[in-house]
Amino acid sequence: MNIPAELKYTKSHEWIRREDDGTVTIGITDHAQEALGDIVFLDLPEAGRIVAAGEECAVVESVKAASDIYAPVAGEIVAANEAALDAPEAVNADAYANWLFKIKPANLADVDGLLDAAAYAEIAADD
Amino acid sequence: MARCTPLHAVHVAAGARMVDFAGWDMPVNYGSQIEEHHTVRGDAGMFDVSHMLALDLTGADATDFLRTLLANDVAKLTVPGKALYSCMLNEAGGVIDDLIVYYFAADRFRIVVNAGTADKDVAWMRKQIARTGANVTLDARRDLAMIAVQGPNARAKTWHAIPGSESVTAALKPFCAVEVGDMLIARTGYTGEDGFEITLPAAQAADTWTALAGAGVAPCGLGARDTLRLEAGMNLYGQDMDESTSPLNVGLAWTVDLKDAERAFIGRTALEAAPASQQVLGLVLLERGVLRAHQSVITAQGEGETTSGSFSPTLQQSIAFARLPPGVAENTEVEVDIRGKRLKARTVKLPFVRNGKPLI
Repeated sequence: MNIPAELKYTKSHEWIRREDDGTVTIGITDHAQEALGDIVFLDLPEAGRIVAAGEECAVVESVKAASDIYAPVAGEIVAANEAALDAPEAVNADAYANWLFKIKPANLADVDGLLDAAAYAEIAADD
Repeated sequence: MARCTPLHAVHVAAGARMVDFAGWDMPVNYGSQIEEHHTVRGDAGMFDVSHMLALDLTGADATDFLRTLLANDVAKLTVPGKALYSCMLNEAGGVIDDLIVYYFAADRFRIVVNAGTADKDVAWMRKQIARTGANVTLDARRDLAMIAVQGPNARAKTWHAIPGSESVTAALKPFCAVEVGDMLIARTGYTGEDGFEITLPAAQAADTWTALAGAGVAPCGLGARDTLRLEAGMNLYGQDMDESTSPLNVGLAWTVDLKDAERAFIGRTALEAAPASQQVLGLVLLERGVLRAHQSVITAQGEGETTSGSFSPTLQQSIAFARLPPGVAENTEVEVDIRGKRLKARTVKLPFVRNGKPLI
């Protein structure tokens, strides 16, 4: 299973990368894209929206099913991946390169509380 | 514990993604579901449909019994091997199941029913046999496997894979079947493409599957089967109709045969007392998004609801079946409520796709 060691994760299969500018980048894991199958549509949040941790803020739809994506931490949405909207299948091809949105966390320390790669690997293996 | 078809080990060995479907552990896709879909539209793919149940009905009263049991009329079957699609209704006119019945002789039929309804179907049929006192025997054939080979090249590739099959099936017309030894080869399917549905002894299933794969038939999962039947305008039991719906409201009036006024099939009285109150049309989403089941459809004539929806790989946009108020015309713009947003869609006549070609 492809679970990069440098990223943080959630039980609901989002990955989170800390950026140098104090924002975090969020996408879905390789395990999640494989479970969903061919992705055909993304509904991404608008920049400026304030989200709580665990709030539904995006939808990834495959041919099979629609899957809600949750904000891993509280904060403000600062960007959505517009390029991915036009080519949602790119998330299947590389789930870590093709991110969904960025959040400026209200409290950057919240990111430390997310799962590390080893903990997520156990969850994904049980899925 | 989910049940396994005779091909289960073959699917697992091929790396298929397995899911529970109606209590059976079935392949949903092997690789890309969209690629599997395109392969069936453009070449040939195969599906394990052994979870469906084949039943043999034999006996002197077989024809009369089926004329009572089914909403379509088996009396129109006169050529051996000819198939008929029908609903089996309850007394209230609700759909217990939709099925295919093959005629071999007036006292011998094969019936194929859905997996999820198989147990209740058999119980219902046995109850009706007891009630009518019909001189028939019903035999559930769980010793059989079924493989659907579908696509424009499906027949040619099947002929290559199954020795001796070409000479006996080359002249087979659509919706007809022929018995070849202990196989039944039918020119039927659930994809809107040409092809065969092959029923054979379970012990031969894996070798036949492997031979078909060797002839270039791609294994396909239930995921592609669903988008193919949706494009082909074919209902899925439990989703587009069930015991609470009349066939007249789910686009199946063409399967209800009322011509013989003397034929008192189960559910007839209820259907004649309650004409259609809804119609089924296709929807094509005009904006970005994906139509799914149970979304509200807002029309000038009132509200309706989607019953099946997905992304159409052939049309590259989202499509659905919608139950709509009478009076909503084809090629009308309507709105669909998707997660609180109203998106524009266009009504179309079904099917969306047939024999590889978009019809909308």
